[in-house]
Amino acid sequence: MINTLIFSLRSLRRDWRSGELRILAIAVVIAVASMTAVGFFTDRARQAMGQQAGELLAADLVLTSSNPIGSDRIAYARASTLQTAQTLNFRSVVIADDKMQLVEVKAVSAAYPLRGSLRVASKPFASDGVTSLTPGRGEVWVNPDLLQKLRVHVDDIINLGEAEFLVRKVLTYEPDRGGELFNIAPRVMMNIEDVPATRLLQPGSRARHRLLVAGTDDRVQAYRTWLTSRLNPDERLVTLEDGRPALRAALERAQRFLGLASLVSVFLAGVAMAMAARRYTQRHLDTSAIMRCLGASQRTIIKIFTWEMFWIGLAASLIGCLIGYVAQTGLAWILAGLVATELPLPSLRPALVGLPLGLAVLMGFALPPLLALKDVPPTRVLHRQATTPVPRNLATYALAFFTMTGLMLWHARDVQLLAYVLGGAVGTVVVLGMTAYLLVKLLNGLRGRVGVAWRFGFANISRRAHVSAAQIVAFGLGIMVLLLLSLVRGDLLEGWRKTLPPEAPNHFLINIQPDQAQALRDFFVAHDTAAPGIYPMVRARLVAINGKRVEPKDFDDLRAQRFAQREFNLSWAAQLRADNRVVSGRWWSANEHGQRLMSFEQELAATLRIKLGDVLTFDIAGSKLDTAVTNLRTVDWDTFNVNFFTILPPGVLNDYPATYVTSVYLSREGRRILTPMLEQFPNVTVIDVDALLGKVRQIMERVSLAVEYVFIFTLLAGLAVLYAAMQATQDERRYEMAVLRTLGAHRGQLLRGLVAEFVTLGLLAGALAGVAASIIGYALAEFVFHFGYRLNLWVWLAGTACGAVGIGIAGTLGTRSVLRQPPAKTLREV
Amino acid sequence: MSQTSTAPMVEAQRVSKKVTSPEGELLILDDVSLKVDAGDAIAIVGASGSGKSTLLGLLAGLDAPTGGRVFLDGIELTTLDEDGRARLRAGRVGFVFQSFQLLQSLTALENVMLPMELIGEGSARTAATDILQRVGLGKRLHHYPNQLSGGEQQRCAIARAFASYPKMLFADEPTGNLDQTTGARIAELLFALNSERATTLVLVTHDRAISEHCHRLVELEAGRLNRAA
Repeated sequence: MINTLIFSLRSLRRDWRSGELRILAIAVVIAVASMTAVGFFTDRARQAMGQQAGELLAADLVLTSSNPIGSDRIAYARASTLQTAQTLNFRSVVIADDKMQLVEVKAVSAAYPLRGSLRVASKPFASDGVTSLTPGRGEVWVNPDLLQKLRVHVDDIINLGEAEFLVRKVLTYEPDRGGELFNIAPRVMMNIEDVPATRLLQPGSRARHRLLVAGTDDRVQAYRTWLTSRLNPDERLVTLEDGRPALRAALERAQRFLGLASLVSVFLAGVAMAMAARRYTQRHLDTSAIMRCLGASQRTIIKIFTWEMFWIGLAASLIGCLIGYVAQTGLAWILAGLVATELPLPSLRPALVGLPLGLAVLMGFALPPLLALKDVPPTRVLHRQATTPVPRNLATYALAFFTMTGLMLWHARDVQLLAYVLGGAVGTVVVLGMTAYLLVKLLNGLRGRVGVAWRFGFANISRRAHVSAAQIVAFGLGIMVLLLLSLVRGDLLEGWRKTLPPEAPNHFLINIQPDQAQALRDFFVAHDTAAPGIYPMVRARLVAINGKRVEPKDFDDLRAQRFAQREFNLSWAAQLRADNRVVSGRWWSANEHGQRLMSFEQELAATLRIKLGDVLTFDIAGSKLDTAVTNLRTVDWDTFNVNFFTILPPGVLNDYPATYVTSVYLSREGRRILTPMLEQFPNVTVIDVDALLGKVRQIMERVSLAVEYVFIFTLLAGLAVLYAAMQATQDERRYEMAVLRTLGAHRGQLLRGLVAEFVTLGLLAGALAGVAASIIGYALAEFVFHFGYRLNLWVWLAGTACGAVGIGIAGTLGTRSVLRQPPAKTLREV
Repeated sequence: MSQTSTAPMVEAQRVSKKVTSPEGELLILDDVSLKVDAGDAIAIVGASGSGKSTLLGLLAGLDAPTGGRVFLDGIELTTLDEDGRARLRAGRVGFVFQSFQLLQSLTALENVMLPMELIGEGSARTAATDILQRVGLGKRLHHYPNQLSGGEQQRCAIARAFASYPKMLFADEPTGNLDQTTGARIAELLFALNSERATTLVLVTHDRAISEHCHRLVELEAGRLNRAA
């Protein structure tokens, strides 16, 4: 055992010196770096979540409701000697001079936060510090970006609803906002006692009331037990364990997809490993034969080469982990804006996972070809032609396949997702591979029509058809993904934008009171703006379907769980709107007005397993309402008109507190009317869709940049495949070059031949990638997003040019050394 | 497995070897019997294709015969599998080949250390250095095979063969790739070391001058033993 270990280390040193293991090591480094970069980043994000479990709530327990918290709940908490604080969150618009901005208002009581601390600064971007205070009466603390957007300073006055406030401090950190993934609007924090003066909250207004509770574990538990049995449908308890389910889900999804993206590099690196291992095997046939001759058993041979692989895998994985560690800082930097929290340093866990993974991938791809070495017959030393074992292709592919599938399952943690990804990946590779092979064969036919250098290049590609096809696929995949993420993504966004009507509503107005609806309509007419449709809505919670209580846990689907928890906006209408279409059942007639009927949006109905004829029970401010589903409807959401999942006939909801909502299109100039409008209707909240879309676009750009970043490793792995392939053909090339030179070919001609070969390979890979990216873009537009997609010639041009130039340069540089050796020396050696 | 001091070092009993070729079955060796005693030096001569190298391979246990039995150091090779034969060779058998068979990625010193390393010999480096000095390559220890001349490469191969003090040496046309003068020097070295270390030698050659150095000579003709001298 010791002998084999020592021998394998010596053998490793020798093989390393001869340069044969370098590509193998580089491939392992790339695979491990790409996996651990994602691992380290998600580890940081997860740690941040864990550390802040308590801070995320700013309390030990939170009771949240869309209605004011009942005084009995507060009284019982206080009687249980628990600390309490209250917050009230809602969206509104802040006005300063003629500028306005959508903000997220958080009104807090003096004791807030019960866990964690606020941090404030005296002016934007000044150094901040912890404070134990909260905003005093008449003052607000705001995020720095609000000051920039409104062009106001600390100590200026801003308007919020009907009240004026002094901007007192710059709020830089609040514990229970840290984990919000998508902070759309800046924060304004105010004193909860000041809320009535703003007159922003009217009956039915959208607002989230929270009671924060903190204390010793047993008291908090007792309070929780007391409260759980008394919860109203609109109330929900948030505990430390709940943390931020949305953030956790988003993080898990990010981890899964970035992880799967990194596996593409792992796969390509594996291909490079298998190719390098095959060459290594070929070059060690004599070594094995001599070792067998000198008395080494098959077991010894396997052990020596396996240990050698182990050492190289271990060392390369360690380096890969280090590179992954450095690379994750790039990922964290790209995604910095999306997670509004300082990330702690990563733990060592991803490295502990990365090391065995690197080894597993190396063994999976490199060991099967190497195992052939044990079958080398010792008589090879006497007769060179003695049957030489061929590395077993089937075994190679089987072990590699199982390694990759295992890794993918581990990343995806979902058999169905795995099946999709695996199916897609195998399908893409097979189609690309077959096309590449066909192109390579076609190329052979062109040999007679080109000059000597190109003929030599073409001949090289066609003769090694399988290797050439593998290289085209490796590069094709890398280039295709980059094209999809850059050009095709832009085309898809543009295509979607074109489907929107040119004057699609770009502002939503919510929280309109019933007595303001007509006045608001008149206001728009008076300001030469088309009077918008203003629609009523009543907030209600779905509590039962056909008498059976609705519980989130009854649904597997995340979206269904969310809808089972959140409130619906029930609206009413006499006529079916133009952008709605009844797909089953029928719309009500005039004489059915006042009857408890319901029209339900088809897709959501399917999600919640609601069928025609079902009786749905809603809880509206404490009273129950039964409605029968009489029709299912599709909605064209892309019109950006106000639309509802649930609509009733007029006359049913008259006695419930309703607010109104509308959407209007306002041009850049037209937006000026918002200031006088908000002066006249201060409680109305304006949501600027353009700004929201801008934010969404920014998020998409960041996320795709992160994915592109991970795919840089794919290109590196593609290069590793190219180099492995070049190395595999190095001896052959050297021999050919020597023969050609003895026949009188000069260096320039030979170099042109190499350039021709690699430019052509790159050209084919790039063109194939362009076509594949366009097809995927078309399929996404046609079948997923349902709009027309115009083929973009740029995608093809960019793909082909990148491939030809990139691979042309890399390939020529990599093989140039074969030109340097004097032909006599080469011929003597061969 | 029995081993007695009187048993021959190598023995072939009615050995034959058939191979399947595209033209059908080919009989390479036919009913060959041969004994080599310990300390003996025997030359196998014959024309190209007469089956010399095949016989050498069978005697050394590099290959298995299709008929007959082979004994090495008293142990029947034909009852062992390939791994068993490899274990038997380890440390006991040395080889010298026509094409040297040095590992190109190893230096001269490392090539010579190889067989000793395989059996876990602790003093491999010292022993290898000593014998390389003995064969006149003391100043070439860290040269790679492609930096050595043909003669030097064969010296290195001879050093490797003798380094672990094998009981038995098999040499396959050791001078076949060398010019006459170099070949003669190499043969001299080979026989000198052979007698110094009292190794049993089986030598395949078509060079009559070299075969004269051996105690005995056997000739193969079309796979059959022609005569024993």
